[in-house]
Amino acid sequence: MKYVIIGNSAAAVGCVEGIRKYDSDGEILLVSKEPYATYSRPLISYYLAGQVDARHMGYRPASFYKTHRVTTLLGSEAVGLDTKDKSVRLSDGRTVAYDKLLIATGGVPFVPPIEGSDAEGVMTFTTWDDAKRLKRLVPRLKKVVILGGGLIGIKAMEGLQAHGTDITVVELMDRILGLVLDKTATSFLERKLKEEGVHLVKETTIKKIHKDNAGRAVGVTLENGRELATDQVIIAIGVRPNIGLVKDSPVETNRGIVVDYFMRTSEADVYAAGDVAEADDILHHEPRVIPILPNAYKQGKVAGSSMTGNEIEYPGGMVMNSVEVGGIPAISAGIMNPPDDEGYEVKRLIDRKNGVYRKMVIRDNRLVGFILIGAIDRAGIYTGLIREGVNISPFKNHLTDLDFGVICFPKDLRTYKISNVYM
Amino acid sequence: MKRVYAKEEICAGCRLCEVWCVVAHSKSGDIVKAFNSEFPRPLPRVMVEEAGPFSFALQCRHCMEPPCIEACMTGAMFRDGAEGPVLHDPEQCVGCWMCVMVCPYGAIARDVTIKKIASKCDLCQGEEEPSCVAHCPNEALVFEDRG
Repeated sequence: MKYVIIGNSAAAVGCVEGIRKYDSDGEILLVSKEPYATYSRPLISYYLAGQVDARHMGYRPASFYKTHRVTTLLGSEAVGLDTKDKSVRLSDGRTVAYDKLLIATGGVPFVPPIEGSDAEGVMTFTTWDDAKRLKRLVPRLKKVVILGGGLIGIKAMEGLQAHGTDITVVELMDRILGLVLDKTATSFLERKLKEEGVHLVKETTIKKIHKDNAGRAVGVTLENGRELATDQVIIAIGVRPNIGLVKDSPVETNRGIVVDYFMRTSEADVYAAGDVAEADDILHHEPRVIPILPNAYKQGKVAGSSMTGNEIEYPGGMVMNSVEVGGIPAISAGIMNPPDDEGYEVKRLIDRKNGVYRKMVIRDNRLVGFILIGAIDRAGIYTGLIREGVNISPFKNHLTDLDFGVICFPKDLRTYKISNVYM
Repeated sequence: MKRVYAKEEICAGCRLCEVWCVVAHSKSGDIVKAFNSEFPRPLPRVMVEEAGPFSFALQCRHCMEPPCIEACMTGAMFRDGAEGPVLHDPEQCVGCWMCVMVCPYGAIARDVTIKKIASKCDLCQGEEEPSCVAHCPNEALVFEDRG
């Protein structure tokens, strides 16, 4: 059996581990555009900040490929897929044949059409190379404009803050982290950012990037008419599934590559996982692209198992994030901003003095989402309640309590929890 | 594998399991030094939950499919062998709290004493039985293989 994996991040690593759980003999070839051994993508902001050095960037130990008997082709891009011939064409002209193929090509940063975005000094921030480049530039940067106050923009901001750079974040929504928090939650974080000297410009976007005679970015004009001087623009609006490889193939795509519960695509022996795949979202009961690391790893592992013939179902995913802004920890999951009129119930605890905010979103006596600011300990209990669809009515009024725990569960559920082992 | 299980009916809520967990993970292994002079003092990796007359001690369940390992973005959380305990490498951990976000037992604590790292039960590696079990005065904690 010859397994070919395109990609080298969480989904690819999950796939390798999934395959090796059942098949110790099959040949695994891993092809990755980036020249590095698997590294932790979320650590690029820590690397930029100088909090993590190159030695600790690995997502797995250096021995990983050897212990899992993986042959790697690093710095090699897969550019074409022939599902009839069962082969992948590489950028250097070579082709590799597969028996089972995993596409784990992740996401590509979305760059909107902005006049002047081809200027030198305009970049995105999603790879280690981006972080390395920015780190080299940072001593010379005085003013940086980050377009996008979502997770990527805020992570880039954090990495730059460590260098004392003057930062302006331009966000189209009325708040930062709009997709993972609500207005109240963000108000805690935004106040802190202002104290730290970060400029936030909301409800607008960049209309034009100005260049000097040498083609370097020197300023931006916003949609609201404001002008900002800058020497570096970071476009951090979001990522899109990197589906280029399958564009001219019969593999079915929607926003991402469409997969079933076993991570199988529409084509035989072709699987997809991670930020490129559109897999089941347990809260919306439909396939969605949820580009977060835990889902990527899990999907990769499911794909790897399936590829060996051990079909284990993907349990489905949901949005969830853990982020710290200005030293304030925040965790959220599921449906955080429910529509007003669709039968959702919301419970809140707001304690501004102690910097604590806890919000629970309930639908049909099931927890479907939460936001925790400041007091985030034991957040996973809520994530578990969502995932397991537990009827929370017996302890509904305790959900936002600071000491909420397994003890609040009814006796039978509690006993089951503490005497058994979670899958 | 062997795990720690709590008996809610006989737990007295004395929290000696928490105390002995701290001692077991201290540098000196001495109860007085661990609490009086050592820095940093480890966090207890077992926590007693209490509500009225009910209490029990809870720690990492060393899940078969651990959500914490799946969610760990740095590879700091790992399983020690195919059937071994779920362990954690403080060197590789950056305290992103992804594990805190997904542990359905709430059994991973945030240690922010020096640098931000996750703190969790390691089943007292190298000991015959975990310290919390060995020191429970009521035998409300047992260390056994339930499959």
